[in-house]
Amino acid sequence: MLAATRAAARARKLPISARALSSSSKRQSDALFVHRDTDYNNSKIPFAFTEENMKKAKEVISHYPPQYKKAAIIPLLDLGQRQNKGWTSISVMNYVAQLVEVPPMRVYEVATFYTMFNREPIGQNFVQVCTTTPCMLRGAYEILDTVKSHLGGIKVGDTTKDGKFTLVEVECLGACSSAPMMAVNDDFYEDLTPETTRKVLDVFKSGSKPKVGPQAGRHTVENSAGLTSLTSKPYGPGEHCTPEFQ
Amino acid sequence: MLRASRASSSAHRAAARRCFATVQDAPPVKRYGGLRDQDRIFTNAYCRHDHGIKGAKSRGDWHRTKDILLKGDSWIIQTIKDSGLRGRGGAGFPSGLKWSFMNKPNWQADKRPRYLVVNADEGEPGTCKDREIMRGDPHKLIEGCLVAGRGMNATAAYIYIRGEFYLEAQRVEQAIAEAYASGFLGKNACGSGFDFDVYVHRGAGAYICGEETALIESIEGKQGKPRLKPPFPADVGLFGCPSTVANVETVAVAPTICRRGAPWFAGFGRERNQGTKLFCISGHVNNPCVVEEEMSIPLKDLIEKHCGGVIGGWDNLLGIIPGGSSVPVLPIKQCGEVLMDYDSLKDAQSGLGTGAVIVMNKSTDIVAAIARFAKFYKHESCGQCTPCREGTTWMMNMMNRLTEGRGHLREIDMLLEITKQIEGRTICALGDAAAWPIQGLMRHFRPEVERRVTEFRSLNGPVMFGGKLLSEVEDATLALPDNLGGNLVEGGDRLVEAPNPHA
Repeated sequence: MLAATRAAARARKLPISARALSSSSKRQSDALFVHRDTDYNNSKIPFAFTEENMKKAKEVISHYPPQYKKAAIIPLLDLGQRQNKGWTSISVMNYVAQLVEVPPMRVYEVATFYTMFNREPIGQNFVQVCTTTPCMLRGAYEILDTVKSHLGGIKVGDTTKDGKFTLVEVECLGACSSAPMMAVNDDFYEDLTPETTRKVLDVFKSGSKPKVGPQAGRHTVENSAGLTSLTSKPYGPGEHCTPEFQ
Repeated sequence: MLRASRASSSAHRAAARRCFATVQDAPPVKRYGGLRDQDRIFTNAYCRHDHGIKGAKSRGDWHRTKDILLKGDSWIIQTIKDSGLRGRGGAGFPSGLKWSFMNKPNWQADKRPRYLVVNADEGEPGTCKDREIMRGDPHKLIEGCLVAGRGMNATAAYIYIRGEFYLEAQRVEQAIAEAYASGFLGKNACGSGFDFDVYVHRGAGAYICGEETALIESIEGKQGKPRLKPPFPADVGLFGCPSTVANVETVAVAPTICRRGAPWFAGFGRERNQGTKLFCISGHVNNPCVVEEEMSIPLKDLIEKHCGGVIGGWDNLLGIIPGGSSVPVLPIKQCGEVLMDYDSLKDAQSGLGTGAVIVMNKSTDIVAAIARFAKFYKHESCGQCTPCREGTTWMMNMMNRLTEGRGHLREIDMLLEITKQIEGRTICALGDAAAWPIQGLMRHFRPEVERRVTEFRSLNGPVMFGGKLLSEVEDATLALPDNLGGNLVEGGDRLVEAPNPHA
């Protein structure tokens, strides 16, 4: 039987020993770590803080010791990203470097390390679905599939054609007791089901903003079947304290 | 010697009239749990009341803070020591002791500024307690910064809040602004003559920044890569100055402990595990919630009482991760026995961690759940130490294969060996944290993994190292890495003849 295979291979003129030099798969990463100049992202595009943001930036820099201006890199990049439609272009990075008086490389290092800096343009609404285990146990992948199909069959990392939504999968966002959840821009939408997920997305599609927080009726993270703690009126100043602090 | 033994035997005879040995002075058996509302510290954890300064004052915050500050640093630290408070961020180091490291003999001679750094980078999967403090009771945190800062004679506090907590950061910033406006912070804070500033620093999405030295690096505007210790932050920390990093919950309980007294706080929980704690329960329970309870509450009571029980009943339980993603899973038998405190969970070869209880019932694919953690750690490894950077990727790949069963039985031991090689060989504890869930899985659920491997192999034939099927390989005789392992026959294998063009 093996000889037959070999004969067949020879008949097809396949070189038997031909194989690729490397059999390892291409390294997959969340985002490209190198910058490539494009027409929408190159260092010739000017960027500067608006007057209002400049005021905020000065306030932020004043929080740190004068010789440690660079401590403000992360807050300033965040400020820049907000001004630059939600993504951090090379111009934003260069501008921040100039502002805090460090070589641009120091800022590139930071911008590539932290996941919240988007180095590619994103849509108006940045949909982040958490799929880490606590959310996964409550059906996060179902939510992710719902978002994908409801936004026209996009994949994770894609932006919809109308530029309204970008979808990403993120690691734990710290709302595990109200899982599954997704964050859209800065706000958390918790206790999701496929139906409420679609509803939330529809409200965003119509250009307004849905109610933030749990979508299943509870206020925050209390027991949804009724409070099991903190049912009485909170105690006041000095109550239950030692005599000297009453 | 003989005489001695004879003497002792006569002593025995003398005591023979006594009945079976009974211990008269055994401590009374105490059931923990059932904390009353009046003993809860975070009275606005559910945001049902005003989180601003007016509401906070009506709930007892900023009540005679000046008097606490005037008591001085050693009184504050001694109170915290007496209260038995242990760090709530996961490691459980005694807080009073940690804070006292800042006040070394002759510390006044050191003219450097001194910092308190509050770790609000709550990123551990399963943990969502600090969020409730920051959005419901932000003033408790700010007041805590001031009190803890006075205790360690700090000049300023930085609160490092994870970037995703935008609303929470806003609430904390609002609280800081209100406190400054009322004269509680800044120069001559609360009129005590002590100067203290509090700043918020928002992160930008990196789990590793929850590690104390990575957090310091991140505030300094660098990549969040942990530093080697020593020097410890108490000597050389933030901006090269003495610093102490403490969790939000640890800091926020300090003023209440000072006002209500150390014995009150120490009255809860078992010896060495005193106090109250915010527990966050997620996963397969009927009503997941965050709740403040007494330490040492039995895990089963916590779930039955506050979360409406496990979905499908207690018998439908598969396992519980009692302290966030970094601690090993417990099987149902142990879940019914353990108490939620540092020592009991340590004895069960797990840990209290952050008090994040992740419940999994029998509908869970436990291997997939732990494999998802492996993916999390692979994503979050900072890439500084080789064992962790490479090892987390290997572990993720192996776990993904084992979820399906695509592997060898012996690979389970290989995987365990990798976890042992990562554990303890990295700068920070992320390597350990990545290794422990897998070790926990294999400790308690190894038969399940073995079953999957055997089943997969009996259906699909032998598997190569790396996951390819023998039947998929064109020429199994070539000495390629992907071609190895095909000849290892294991139980349940259906023998498949390898295609061999050279035959």
